[in-house]
Amino acid sequence: MTAGTVIIGAGQAGLSAAEALRKRGYDAPVTLIGDELAPPYQRPPLSKGYLSRELPADRLWLKPESYYAGAAIDLRPGVRIARIDRAARCVVTTQGELIAFDHLILATGGAARRLPLPGADLPGVHVLRSLAHADALSDALAQARSLAIIGAGYIGLEVAASARKRGLEVTVLEAADRPMSRTASPLLGGWFGALHRGYGVDLQVSTGVAAITGSHRADGVRLMDGERIEADVVLIAAGLTPGVELAEDAGLACADGILVDAHARTSDPGIYAIGDVARFDSALYGRSIRLESVQNAIEQGRAAAAAICGARAPYDPVPWFWSDQYAIKLQIAGLIDGADRMVRRGDPEEGAFALFHFRNDVLIACEAVNAAPEFMAAQRLIAARARPDPDRLRDVTVAMRAFLS
Amino acid sequence: MAKITYIEHSGAEHVVDVETGLTVMEGAIRNLVPGIDADCGGACACATCHVYVDPDWMDRTGPRQSMEESMLDFASDVRDNSRLSCQIKVSGALDGLIVRLPEQQG
Repeated sequence: MTAGTVIIGAGQAGLSAAEALRKRGYDAPVTLIGDELAPPYQRPPLSKGYLSRELPADRLWLKPESYYAGAAIDLRPGVRIARIDRAARCVVTTQGELIAFDHLILATGGAARRLPLPGADLPGVHVLRSLAHADALSDALAQARSLAIIGAGYIGLEVAASARKRGLEVTVLEAADRPMSRTASPLLGGWFGALHRGYGVDLQVSTGVAAITGSHRADGVRLMDGERIEADVVLIAAGLTPGVELAEDAGLACADGILVDAHARTSDPGIYAIGDVARFDSALYGRSIRLESVQNAIEQGRAAAAAICGARAPYDPVPWFWSDQYAIKLQIAGLIDGADRMVRRGDPEEGAFALFHFRNDVLIACEAVNAAPEFMAAQRLIAARARPDPDRLRDVTVAMRAFLS
Repeated sequence: MAKITYIEHSGAEHVVDVETGLTVMEGAIRNLVPGIDADCGGACACATCHVYVDPDWMDRTGPRQSMEESMLDFASDVRDNSRLSCQIKVSGALDGLIVRLPEQQG
């Protein structure tokens, strides 16, 4: 009997790989190991509908309980892996159990970054990555009147919107000069800043936090300029640290993520990495990228499964992302880094518009606010490395379909 | 509860009971009906839960929402009775609903 495939990490990526192996007819054992107690679940709603209490926990599960036995996937929740023994081709749990593998897939995601601030370890200081985090934050908000959020990225802003829906006073503190400075264009970041202020969020940009205050539990934050902001609950929303520890300890090549090729293979043939933790060369963008998205989790999981089954299906995605805040749906296709020209379509004042980003006349990204046709068309145009005419793109009387023919 | 029949492109039928308040997409996921990917989990962001509503049921499932309409505009093999199943909420009025699945999603 063969040892089969062991997957470390039972999130969206790990599950996608397991499911894809079975869909491809892989008949060796598949073991899906997760360190959380919950079965595989959707993370995106944790900062959105789940936190605003519009979506109950039982609607988060990616599969019904009966799926795993039916698909012969050995789901092992609540199990932590201590190390990978590459020579012996096995992983070792923190309980000392050895689990052998022919193929190993690392889908270890990452941890919410905790800032090295004084007071960051106080009770009442939260981060948001897991369902347990979301439950803790949600329970804390039920007892609170005010929330301070450090960081105005997607998680910070989505939590701000959800907390406003629940009636809390919300302050968001951002060190950069605008929200979403890492991933979005200045125009889009500024627009979202205004949106949040319109909903009563006290958003302060170019604002450094010096400390989280409180003697026994957090009661606010102190800013670099000395000002103090009171808050019953503090959320640190400062991004993700990729979970490379097991891979690094095992001597696999890592650099802000586990390095993989277009088939999700690490520097050890037989060991793969997928999802938030994997860094790969994008042929489309001509550089190495690491994507934190549902799409990447699902598709790179499928790519690893394909490679294990001997298929050749190089993974070179047009990245896409979405965010729901208040009544706004943001959809982003592509990556804006390196853009040298932006074209606007529609009027931001009217709440529906798209920003197209070009590099050397080639469309590389589209940020669409309540503008699904622009988003859907852009995905295809970016994949085709198309050069749509900026003047026609700007003209809302030209339907997006016209650019696809 | 509503009884919903999902018919795969191959003709395979899945008749399942779906709890009121869920979506037609969730009914498929929970009952392991193949052919509905729902990558975005029901956020109307991906168009991978496309179904064809049986013509006799189109009145009761109601019209497409505007975001859904736009997403469907760019899905493949879209017909008059195309819907994104994440945007159809299950109620008693949909007891007996029949939906058919496209050849492939995305």
